[in-house]
Amino acid sequence: MKLKSHLLPEFIVERIESRCNKCGVCVKQCPWEVYRWNEDGTDIIIDYTKCVGCQRCVVYCPNKALIVKPYEGSYRPNAYWTKEVIMDIKKQAEQGGVILTGTGNDKPYKVYFDHIVLNASQVTNPSIDPLREPMELRTFIGRKPDHLEVEFDEGDYIIKTEIPPNLVIETPIMFAGMSYGAISYNAFLALAMAAKEFGTLFCTGEGGLPKDMREEYGSCAIVQCASGRFGVDPEYLNCAAAIEIKIGQGAKPGIGGHLPGEKVTEKISETRMIPEGTDALSPAPHHDIYSIEDLAMLIYALKEATNYEKPVFVKIAAVHNVAAIASGIVRAGADAVVIDGFRGGTGASPKIIRDHVGIPIELAIASVDQRLREEGIRHKCSIIASGGIRNSADVVKAIALGADAVYIGTAALIAMGCTMCQKCYTGKCAWGICTQDPELSKRLNPKIAAKRLVNLLRGWSLEIKEMLGGMGINAIESLRGNREHLRGIGLEEWELRVLGIKGAGE
Amino acid sequence: MIRDDKEFSACGLFGVMDRSGRRFNGEMAIRALKNMSVRGNGLGAGFAVYGLYKDFKEYYCLHVMIQNKDLDVKKKVDGFLAKNFDVVYDEEIPVNENSKTVDPPMFWRYFVHPKSHGENISDDDYVIKNVMYINTKIKDAYVISSGKNMGVFKGVGFPEDIADFFMIEEYKGYIWIAHTRFPTNTPGWWGGAHPFCILDWTVVHNGEISSYGTNKRYLEMFGYYCTLKTDTEVMAYIFDLLMRRQRLPIEVVAKILAPPMWDQIDLMDEKKRRFYTALRMVYSPLLVNGPWTVIVAHHGEMFGLTDRIRLRPITAGEKGDLLFLSSEESAIRAVCPDLDRVWTPHGGEPVVGRLSSGALKRVVR
Amino acid sequence: MLIDPYVNGIRRIDELMKYVKFGSDNAEIDARDLRHKELNDLIRECILRGVRKLILRNVCGQRYIGTRLYFKDNIKVEIRIYGTPGNDLGAFLNGHRIIVYGNAQDGVGNTMDDGEIIVHGRAGDVVAMTMRGGRIFIRDNVGYRAAIHMKGYKDKIPVLVVGGTSQDFLGEYMAGGKVVLLGLNVKRHRCHYVGTGMHGGVMYIRGKIERHQLGKEVGIVEMEEEDWKFLEYVVEDFCSYFGYKADEILGDNFLKLVPVTKRPYGRVYAY
Repeated sequence: MKLKSHLLPEFIVERIESRCNKCGVCVKQCPWEVYRWNEDGTDIIIDYTKCVGCQRCVVYCPNKALIVKPYEGSYRPNAYWTKEVIMDIKKQAEQGGVILTGTGNDKPYKVYFDHIVLNASQVTNPSIDPLREPMELRTFIGRKPDHLEVEFDEGDYIIKTEIPPNLVIETPIMFAGMSYGAISYNAFLALAMAAKEFGTLFCTGEGGLPKDMREEYGSCAIVQCASGRFGVDPEYLNCAAAIEIKIGQGAKPGIGGHLPGEKVTEKISETRMIPEGTDALSPAPHHDIYSIEDLAMLIYALKEATNYEKPVFVKIAAVHNVAAIASGIVRAGADAVVIDGFRGGTGASPKIIRDHVGIPIELAIASVDQRLREEGIRHKCSIIASGGIRNSADVVKAIALGADAVYIGTAALIAMGCTMCQKCYTGKCAWGICTQDPELSKRLNPKIAAKRLVNLLRGWSLEIKEMLGGMGINAIESLRGNREHLRGIGLEEWELRVLGIKGAGE
Repeated sequence: MIRDDKEFSACGLFGVMDRSGRRFNGEMAIRALKNMSVRGNGLGAGFAVYGLYKDFKEYYCLHVMIQNKDLDVKKKVDGFLAKNFDVVYDEEIPVNENSKTVDPPMFWRYFVHPKSHGENISDDDYVIKNVMYINTKIKDAYVISSGKNMGVFKGVGFPEDIADFFMIEEYKGYIWIAHTRFPTNTPGWWGGAHPFCILDWTVVHNGEISSYGTNKRYLEMFGYYCTLKTDTEVMAYIFDLLMRRQRLPIEVVAKILAPPMWDQIDLMDEKKRRFYTALRMVYSPLLVNGPWTVIVAHHGEMFGLTDRIRLRPITAGEKGDLLFLSSEESAIRAVCPDLDRVWTPHGGEPVVGRLSSGALKRVVR
Repeated sequence: MLIDPYVNGIRRIDELMKYVKFGSDNAEIDARDLRHKELNDLIRECILRGVRKLILRNVCGQRYIGTRLYFKDNIKVEIRIYGTPGNDLGAFLNGHRIIVYGNAQDGVGNTMDDGEIIVHGRAGDVVAMTMRGGRIFIRDNVGYRAAIHMKGYKDKIPVLVVGGTSQDFLGEYMAGGKVVLLGLNVKRHRCHYVGTGMHGGVMYIRGKIERHQLGKEVGIVEMEEEDWKFLEYVVEDFCSYFGYKADEILGDNFLKLVPVTKRPYGRVYAY
């Protein structure tokens, strides 16, 4: 029984009639059927109730005649029963299910990055000029030995200690796991191309790595082994640069990945090895990991399967006792711990979990880094921070708090065209990113999207160099965990303590 | 009021070593520092001397600074040392009460030997552990040097005043390193002057370590705690960790603290490339960033080293057995106008002075 | 309690006159016991009293020699230094001539406007930093960042000639002027990042140096007749000062380095 919807529209569309020349681009571009021609083809009728605010029509209208904005009409203002809260209740009353959403937590929790400021050197220490003097961002991800034994042999020093496998990236920014399935083939390929061109890595997410991409892009891929083990075959593992065991993600800690059936097309079906049209639901736990020693077992299974040549990462969501969990993961043999904060994005997640579960990445990184140092094991793994890295300042702050590198997901998608309309789970992404619809995915040209991504990495890397130079540092390793270069503003005592930083002015 | 944050070091450095092991008095060190007086501002100076306690050379000599001349603190120190060491001899370090220094703390020296302990660590590590305890747990007491047959004398004042206070001219050593300071924080903290010392490693430093937070937190994993509120402290611990505990030679350690740039490593031959890549990868938290020149000494060796893009100066000079290191050439010329050789190394390249092995045996047991 | 080591306890000028010996056409100052300011006070006093040639003996680390010599009526003097002058020798030099018989330290010719500095020995870091005119001749080697941000305009062209080799960052962000590196008594140049950020001026390098040692803003171009004319002119002076043979030096190959673009960082910023 279909119930009448009581929902208010979310967006409203205004058209500046004097600028509109009825070219019909909006009709062609909108996948939500907001625009349609009238019967005699003389006018375009707008049904704004269907609008999701993706701004595709606004950007593509050649005359810039359209304005899409949140629907101003609303209930009586109520700071507690907000419009969103009311609408969610009504939606559930109509459908009786779990409300889904896409992208990351959009609620106004405190953003710690915006309460941390950076240092610059003056007088007592020179800042270093990043344009003219060398400024080094090269980063190694993996396990480091406790120390090196060196032998003098025939006029040269040689290293006797065996060093575990490490990855080399030219900038401390990598692309986070976004599965082929959640995103289109073109978007996925664009990430691979950009990673290869810039000298960094991309993570495949739990959708596997299509066979036709393995030869060229395997060496810059971190392949994910998630609870659903989609697409995990020996060649997949061995063609990659590293393997990431996904235990959880920031957007939905405690539950598994979710690819709605609408998005499981033939190609997805082939890569993930599940029937077309079924929902690809990853189980909540790995069913062979019910305790920490099982994780150790899986880590070493993967190392065996790849002849101990590749680092194994473990990705967890940032939750309450993340420091203890991370410590356990390192002792279980992982070479890197990926921590996904609660701002992490997703293609599909229950809204209630996305918005209420997990902790901010800044606090998680600080406490994991501190705990690992207290236990004397910080060098045994790299820490990768993920979940809401929005700009190069966030990268610098994350590294100063203790991360070795960061993953960017949402920022990469925005670079390719995403406007955060949060409808990824419908598969109707107007920008060709989060869709499997061939007509829509055609809109994203992988080469051009890759160029945008490379530009983003380049712009951020230059900015990072400027900030490092300002701090009097010319190599990224001298920033790692260097809390002296951070100060807090508007933070309470306990927050400063957890972050391990002083207040501004101190 | 002593503020609990990092002091910055703008300064003048000097080091001199007689490579035959011959001992000499402090006149050269004092005169060289005087020549560089504009590099300091009278708020800190210090000297380290090697070979001065011939009669007690097989015992660890702990120079302990007691703030405010507080006798209760001294009692705590005495008690702690008696419990953990055989204290062979101890006395107040003789000072000149009429010197120009203001409000000096009390300085006491103890010649000790570790008590037999059930722990499975070397005597050196045992001493470090106990030194760290005193520095972190006994308020107002600080161990400012802890090596055998060497000692550090330092405090707040111009070099000639500190030399006068401790009556430095009376001592004789075969290595002297000295420092004059220009701190940018409030005066009064005697512990912040250089040299910094752990066991027989002493460091004097000119510059600022912008990677201090990173270096400090890595060292904490190995039991070294920074309590003297000055970034130079990490240098002393880094040398103890890499050279004494991990037995790496200075030529390798220099490349850990001041490694070559990646764009140069990428052009090296395979063997060298692998070596430097491994070093940088494993020891990245010990890359010391920021402008710095250090002069480091321990029994048998003195070295000078600068940061990888040589933002601070250093000059080396040689005359016969004497090796000089200084921030400015003129300081060396002031004590030895006629030199056989004068040079300045590239950034990250150490200048090394070593005792012949026969001479080394005579100096330490 | 603030004691300024630069000016604390400086003696008055009449107390210092005992260190000066006046000759027929010069004055000799024994700098052995003089502090920086005292020596510079004396130098200025002597010049105000009419001396135009000064000899300084036993110089050991005194800074800023030659700096305090800006005179409205355009006096030009010559100062000969025996010993080791301290940092910033000839900083802001206003057209005088300084000759050093010994090594110099850091900052020689710092922001020098005009004049000549000749050093019979080596010099330290940032020689000729932001130099805007005049000539500096160093017989042996120099340290880091020589000629950094050297400037020139129309016919006001500063010149730095170094007989030996230099360390890293030679000519860093040069905007004008000419630098000559002769590489005498050196097997090859070991410096890196030569000319990084260069956007004006020219460098002439004699001796072995590889392309990867040069900054990305630097291009190698062919020597032309005027280049050789210029080199002849400065190398001959160099040789007459330090006793070398000009033909032997000029007979070798020189690399001419110029900036590749006037705006090397145009693509770095997004608007």
